[in-house]
Amino acid sequence: MTAQHPMVRLAGVAKRFTKGKEMISIFDHLDLAIPRGDFIAVMGPSGSGKTTLLNLLGGIDRADAGEITVADQRIDGLSEGELAAWRAANIGFIFQFYNLMPMLTAAQNVELPLLLTRLRKKERAERVQTALSVVGLADRMKHRPREMSGGQQQRVAIARAIVSDPNLLLCDEPTGDLDRQSADEILSILQLLNGELGKTIVMVTHDPAAANYAKRVLHLDKGRFVERELAA
Amino acid sequence: MRSLWLQVAAVTAINLKSITQRRWLSLSTVIAIALVVIVLLAFLAMANGFQRTIAGSGADDIAIVLRAGSQAEINSTVSRDQVRLIEDGPGIARGSDGKPLISPELYLVVDGIKRTTKTKANLPLRGIGEQGSELRKGINITAGRMFNRGSNEVVVGKALLREFEGLDLGSTVSFGATRWNVVGVFEAGGSVFESEIWADLSVVQSLFNRNNIVQTVRARLTGPAALNELKSYSDNDPRLKLDVKSEAAYFAEQASQTSDLIQKLGWPLAIAMALGAIAGALNTMYSSVASRATEIATLRAIGFGGFPAFVGTLAESLLLAVIGGLLGAAATYLIFDGVTASTLGGNFTQVVFDFKLSPWLIAEGVMLALIVGLIGGLFPALRAARLPIVESLYAN
Repeated sequence: MTAQHPMVRLAGVAKRFTKGKEMISIFDHLDLAIPRGDFIAVMGPSGSGKTTLLNLLGGIDRADAGEITVADQRIDGLSEGELAAWRAANIGFIFQFYNLMPMLTAAQNVELPLLLTRLRKKERAERVQTALSVVGLADRMKHRPREMSGGQQQRVAIARAIVSDPNLLLCDEPTGDLDRQSADEILSILQLLNGELGKTIVMVTHDPAAANYAKRVLHLDKGRFVERELAA
Repeated sequence: MRSLWLQVAAVTAINLKSITQRRWLSLSTVIAIALVVIVLLAFLAMANGFQRTIAGSGADDIAIVLRAGSQAEINSTVSRDQVRLIEDGPGIARGSDGKPLISPELYLVVDGIKRTTKTKANLPLRGIGEQGSELRKGINITAGRMFNRGSNEVVVGKALLREFEGLDLGSTVSFGATRWNVVGVFEAGGSVFESEIWADLSVVQSLFNRNNIVQTVRARLTGPAALNELKSYSDNDPRLKLDVKSEAAYFAEQASQTSDLIQKLGWPLAIAMALGAIAGALNTMYSSVASRATEIATLRAIGFGGFPAFVGTLAESLLLAVIGGLLGAAATYLIFDGVTASTLGGNFTQVVFDFKLSPWLIAEGVMLALIVGLIGGLFPALRAARLPIVESLYAN
């Protein structure tokens, strides 16, 4: 099943940027398959295209060529509106700086993706409670981001990412702004989400210690992947 | 559809809750819009107050007779013979003594001094016939007494007394070469007559060398319908080249000319200021979008559409505009409503009136504020809706 239908499949993907009059190629012909339930860390030097890859997988950036299939859906040909709806149903984003709405409480932040569903208010509240419980913040529902530590804010961001039960979690340097202890807590939660709930996770990181939490590490360099298996 | 409205409500709530983060910029926009509304409403309240004073002066059952083609009393003349012919006209009410209720009148311009500015201004001196006071409704002497016929005495309208000096009860004033005693103060239901000085017609004619001439004739009609009878009587007599109209219609014409002029001054000034306020609103809203770029991009990444971002930004702009509009209306009400002013009326004499705001005028002010908010928010809202997600996510 996973062999025929990977969660992510990239075939011949090219991505170029224009800088002034110069055309810079990030990927020329990138192929990749990520099985369902995998937890991949993507590493590589700055400018190697790690975040660009994440943005392409999440449907917030467009490839110049090639096919991108995520959760059995070809997304490279979708319109902006279709992409937005697709993201809402399939993708959970976790950012380095959490990207929470500062004026909303933790519960309100987590509820945001559910506003895109048909769920009633009571059901939404139950889902929010569950998601915050998973990340250990059920007692912080009414706190605003400024009233929480960085680690707690990132946990709220994780709750927001998983609350609508997406197929794929995309994490961009999720521990880049945290101390070691908080980083380990966050990575443990990601590992739990992968191991216990079967979430497929792609995590971009510079931190080898963070990469150790993943099942596989892909090194991206000069537009190509170099894979390195990790001991569980 | 339900999801779309939930998105719109969520994004709008996020925008509005974050206004405090841009409080000074938002406050400057609110103040700019409030100033626009104050300027507009001050002019409109002035025009409205003027119009209410003048238009409220005339009665439907009083006919005013002027020389054919005269736009105002000041440039009309009616001869003594014509007055006699009008006395015999149809549709004119008669008093208990059987005499027709008419008042030939002279309307002259005399000098007065404004209490506030100490500047000279034109005041109306009206010589009224024997029935001049009785045929008008609502005339009451509030202090002193009515002038005696045949003497150089005057009574002064209470609005005029409030605005101009030297006309106090018991004082003596000089009009032309003659001195007059102020023997009474009258009210006239807030109408334009309260901006006049009244004296006996024959004395005014004599002292101002207008012996055989009056300017208008006022006649109480048996009813509003009798106006047409008097009109056709006048039209069919070649000796009467006169215009006959109801006093209400006459004052409505007089009011519209000046109030139109006031409005024509007020609107362009308010619109010019509104352009400045729009620039301010644009600046505020572009700053708002820029400061929320990461939030907007995050919501878009989560799956929110561009439309909620558009509506949320526009809602913020409109909220600032409504606050500015209401603030401006409240300030105008507190500062200007009921303030007494005087300006030149159709007879080139001062008309004293009160600034008067009305709910409809306030609505006009708030509408202008909303237009400022709409234009000021529209382009930033479009920018918010089209924000490139990737660039904005990593902008900060």
